[in-house]
Amino acid sequence: MNDHPLSLKETVLWGCLGLFAFLGLWTFLSTSGVVPSQFLPTPLEVVQRIIRLIGAPFAGATLQQHLASSFERYAFGVVLAAAVGIPLGLLMGWYRLLDDVVTPIFDGLRFIAPIAWVPFAALWFGTGIGGPVLIIFAGAFPPCLINAYRGARFVEPRLVEAARMLGTGSYRMITEILLPASLPSIVSGLRVSAGLGWQSLVGAELIVAAAGVGFMMVQAQANVATPTVMAGMIAIGIVGMIIDVLLRQGEAWMRRRRGLEA
Amino acid sequence: MGSIRFDKVDKIFGSSRDGVKALDNINLEIGEKEFVAIVGPSGCGKTTCLRMVAGFEAPSAGTVSVSGKTVTEPGPDRAVVFQQFALFPWKSVRENIDLGLRNKNLSKADRAQKIEAALKLMNLESHADAFPHQLSGGMQQRVAIARAYVLDPDVLLMDEPFGALDAQTRVVMQEELVRLARVNPRTVLFITHAVEEAVYLADRVAIMTRRPGRIKEVLDIKSVREAEGWDRFSKIEDVMDLESFVHLRTQIWKSLREEKGSQVV
Repeated sequence: MNDHPLSLKETVLWGCLGLFAFLGLWTFLSTSGVVPSQFLPTPLEVVQRIIRLIGAPFAGATLQQHLASSFERYAFGVVLAAAVGIPLGLLMGWYRLLDDVVTPIFDGLRFIAPIAWVPFAALWFGTGIGGPVLIIFAGAFPPCLINAYRGARFVEPRLVEAARMLGTGSYRMITEILLPASLPSIVSGLRVSAGLGWQSLVGAELIVAAAGVGFMMVQAQANVATPTVMAGMIAIGIVGMIIDVLLRQGEAWMRRRRGLEA
Repeated sequence: MGSIRFDKVDKIFGSSRDGVKALDNINLEIGEKEFVAIVGPSGCGKTTCLRMVAGFEAPSAGTVSVSGKTVTEPGPDRAVVFQQFALFPWKSVRENIDLGLRNKNLSKADRAQKIEAALKLMNLESHADAFPHQLSGGMQQRVAIARAYVLDPDVLLMDEPFGALDAQTRVVMQEELVRLARVNPRTVLFITHAVEEAVYLADRVAIMTRRPGRIKEVLDIKSVREAEGWDRFSKIEDVMDLESFVHLRTQIWKSLREEKGSQVV
């Protein structure tokens, strides 16, 4: 790359330019009739649809109610992934035997994409809370486990030696040395997990019958209501971005507190 | 309590077939409350000697024992001060010092009293609640020494403890260590490549050969120090000006120079 670094002002300017060019092309494609407007509404129509979906229910709920319902399942799945993945990863980092037992199974399972769990999840846990949560879990679990494991496995050897010299037993070694030493890695893993979990959400909601953004989009697709489908996509994108920004800030805050560069 | 003994110790790194012999037949006895420094060219295995006493490495042959017991694993009877301090960055100064005491299951009041004493000993009272990254290198090493002393260990193992400090801080810490050795004498194994530091601090200095490391000779400093009255000076530069100090330093330098010279083919 031979680009010179851009100032903040320039970055914002070019970003806006890109956005306008994208919206312009989109508007042109849908108004000129190159793409039938039934399949590609204009940006304005999509925005109007979003506003309408916030005010009036579609498929049994308003947009924000669908989002709330999605977020509940999502939070459940991600928290479960963290609650299982982080302790297991730390234990695998400390106990070589556990590492040897779990790693082959894990390496096999993690290449099954979250979406590939859908039929199995539906068979086992049904379309209530259980099935979707399993799918989000399948997306969010690997980064939690891998980052906790790597953090614990590659902790500075001097710190482990210092702790052993001080007579530290396994329990304290894991909770007071490996866990805090791995925290930067774990938090990065959580951020990836949160992203993957949110991306798995729509797949999860294809099998949910009651509510959720994915459910809303499937219903809209059946009615060929393209603006509603696109409104759902935009809502998913925006919420995903908000989650990422919040977690980035949490990560930066933690690194500053630890005296690391942000 | 507190003697160290190396008995016919070899150390080979890697597999026995194509391994590297780091230490060759090390024999050394360090008496109770004696301060012994090991000097040697870099890569000679002096740090490995210390790590075997600490229990971080096992000898390939022979035994390392402390107070008559063969060393098999690390433990708080052998406190280590590392070159890179190895403080826990997420724990405050007080919490760093406290961990070893908590592992001993001491009562809260007992621990608090010991921590205060250790903070006072190393002049750290006003930094008790600071985190390591907020302290200078010299201050961090004070914390590491306090964390070691508070355990009341049989032996203190110091692995180039002042190597990461700037020259001025190093001198202050060296004087501080001499003060500590008087207030609270310990058996100390001290690893360094700084000859002056070794002569200034130690009762005896062991000189090692280049790899595979052997003990080439052991010099008695203590008898000279006592005969020449080094202790009447509180500043290191005054001691370093004495003819007896210069003589010992030169003797060690020459011995080490032979080792470095033999490396050049």
